[in-house]
Amino acid sequence: MQLDLARWQFAFISVNHFFFVPVTIGLAFLTALLQTAWHTGGRPEYLRLTRFFGTLLVINVAIGVVTGLVQEFQFGMNWSAYSRLVGDIFGAPLAMEGLLAFFLESTFLGLWLFGWDKLSRRVHLLTIWLVALGTVLSAAFIMAANSWMQHPVGYTINRQTGKPQLNDIWAVLTNPVFLWGYAHVLLASLVTGAAVMLAVSAWQLRRGGDRDVFTKSARLALIVLAPAMIFAMLIGSELGVIEAKYQPMKIAAAEAQWTTCQPCSFSLFQIGGGSQDRTPTQILSIPHLLSLLATNSWNGKVTGLSPLQAQYSKRYGPGNYVPNVFIQYWSMRVMAYTAALVFLLSGWGLWLTRRKKLATSRWFLIAATWAVILPFGMNTAGWLLTESGRQPWIVQGIMLTRNGISPSVSTAALAISLTIFVLLYVTLGLVDLLLMLRYSRKELPPPVPEGDEHLPIPAVQY
Amino acid sequence: MTLTDFWFAVITVLWTGFFVLEGFDFGVGMLHGALGGGEAGRRAAINTIGPLWDGNEVWLIVAGAAMFAAFPGWYATMFSGFYLALVVLLVALIVRGVAFEYRGKGLSPRWRRTWDVLLTVGSVAAPLLIGVALGDLLHGLPVNAKQEYTGSFFTLLQPYGLFTGVTLVALCVLHGATFLTLKTTGELRERAGRLARRAAPVTFALVLGFAIWTHVTSGKGFLLNVVEVAAILAALAAAWLVVEHREGWAFTATTVAMAASVLSIFVELYPRVMVSSTSPAFSLTIHNTASGSYALTVMTIVLVIFLPFVLVYQGWTYYVFRRRISADSFGAPARPPVQPPGHPAAR
Repeated sequence: MQLDLARWQFAFISVNHFFFVPVTIGLAFLTALLQTAWHTGGRPEYLRLTRFFGTLLVINVAIGVVTGLVQEFQFGMNWSAYSRLVGDIFGAPLAMEGLLAFFLESTFLGLWLFGWDKLSRRVHLLTIWLVALGTVLSAAFIMAANSWMQHPVGYTINRQTGKPQLNDIWAVLTNPVFLWGYAHVLLASLVTGAAVMLAVSAWQLRRGGDRDVFTKSARLALIVLAPAMIFAMLIGSELGVIEAKYQPMKIAAAEAQWTTCQPCSFSLFQIGGGSQDRTPTQILSIPHLLSLLATNSWNGKVTGLSPLQAQYSKRYGPGNYVPNVFIQYWSMRVMAYTAALVFLLSGWGLWLTRRKKLATSRWFLIAATWAVILPFGMNTAGWLLTESGRQPWIVQGIMLTRNGISPSVSTAALAISLTIFVLLYVTLGLVDLLLMLRYSRKELPPPVPEGDEHLPIPAVQY
Repeated sequence: MTLTDFWFAVITVLWTGFFVLEGFDFGVGMLHGALGGGEAGRRAAINTIGPLWDGNEVWLIVAGAAMFAAFPGWYATMFSGFYLALVVLLVALIVRGVAFEYRGKGLSPRWRRTWDVLLTVGSVAAPLLIGVALGDLLHGLPVNAKQEYTGSFFTLLQPYGLFTGVTLVALCVLHGATFLTLKTTGELRERAGRLARRAAPVTFALVLGFAIWTHVTSGKGFLLNVVEVAAILAALAAAWLVVEHREGWAFTATTVAMAASVLSIFVELYPRVMVSSTSPAFSLTIHNTASGSYALTVMTIVLVIFLPFVLVYQGWTYYVFRRRISADSFGAPARPPVQPPGHPAAR
């Protein structure tokens, strides 16, 4: 019971936190691009767009920051046995994240927001780029910490305490799971930010917002979206090969592959396939594709869940080492299919841009507005795939999730905290959504009047 | 000085820095409603900390993360032991954080009033709870041989811990009020000054009691140590300086009083990090909770390289936003035109 509540809590707060994080990373970068365009070209519409999307960025950052605080406390509160065992390694990237990334991000966000009339334009431009750098650095340290849980490297087991101890920070920072996973997450964040910018621009274009200006932001969003999406998919597929090497269970479960196959076909859709049903009914499958995805070779071999289970039982003792196959199979597909849809949408948009029909194509604008949901589904599915696929381990091969919880925290306390967080997050989520919708539908801030270009631009104030 | 000593010092500095910096923005958060005297004044008060509070709060995040990294045992026992208190703390910090951003984003007075209340309550609750927690570390809590907390939520409510929390809240009030006298103009500045003059004697009395109680709790000799004496003297100086209208020096004094008060807890703790009331042998110390020397060395290198940058750019932020803020620049609060008595609209 305690284990389930602690896991639900972690899943709930993390999934919610990660609604805001990629928007922040993506929009910070895009806002910085807009401001750079204004700075170098001097065209006032880019300044208006900077202020407009900057407001959306700030609404998001607020929730991203405070929900991030819960993440940091969560390890000690609900997973104290885990923290005690691996703090030596896992804590270091978290501390570095605070020192290198959070200070940068929050200090310069304050400077950017309030410094319009106090800093020179060049310095002010630098502040938004430093905010963007802060968000990207923050993701780096978190991904390094998470990747260590997927594929522990750079440690030895201390003979006296039996605890893993860091002995090679370089190995932690060059962990292949980290390098590929980090690139994957950054690209997915760009996709998310660009999709938000595209959706807002599309809505504005459809509802009679300033056509020239929002065509520009829609185009910028598309130019970022299409390559970011294709690279996110390519890197994700390479990440799959790496994970197949270090966490074969994760990939086999994602395909509901109970028996070893060679060559392996990729199932597009199936019925059944959970732990009760080891012979799922595959509706559609593509020959050789799984071999290609999991091993990078046409006839690659993928070990099935049953033989892997036998290997693990022999190595780690009796127990069930198979992750939840249903979650794995479907999160993999939701992620891949939503990504494909986003990619198709971006292709459609770019084609319309070339034909100069972007602002007038009603169907595209409707689709682009609603497509904003897709990247959020994609990100959530991606994290479910990664985190649920590691189960039953909290740190692959080192500690089981059920051994990581806090012994001193009662079921009642866990239930209370879960209830409070759910109520709070749902309320905050609704408020955030309300404000995002409201400010996305606002008119652009007015252009700077003629002759006043040299005057300082008024600061944003609370 | 060993690496574990060094990291205990780092964590002490981080907590102290957090209270010195976030202390005044907690204070402003508590007082913005009482001192604002209208929407324009409230906005002016909030905007004195607008660009700063988020960076200040990072000191807390880094303090927590540094505990996790350098003393995982301490972090694990403390965070799981203070469980429900931390849930409340998180709620307080969350509503407070979003209140800054969101209060101005709705137009109805009711929306703003709601966020004002949340900002005020959150700003009181956060330092109170953290104060109780820090006090508890020194006073002692039931912790067993396996370093697990064995008490309940109510065990956390020790008299000394509560007194620590109240003292820190009072210090935040005074610190915030002196900050507002430095950063605002006109009536707002005067009201902040008046409040500081009233709060200062109470705060001094609390700090005096706190310093003595801290020393007695730790049981380290008869005479107060230098940090405790500094806290008392600084609080006394602050009480005198606010009466003399020496705004800059008064703020310096509240800074020192705050820093020395927080510091005194850690000085008395050392080398323990969490006292066990079950048995002194079970107390958590910097030795039985620390990470290995390799991890500490890596973090030391990172800290030594990057902390100076942080200090420089955060200091620069304070320089950029050094100017006073006037309630006038936020316009008069929207009021309906005054109606003669008896006019139907006046009701």
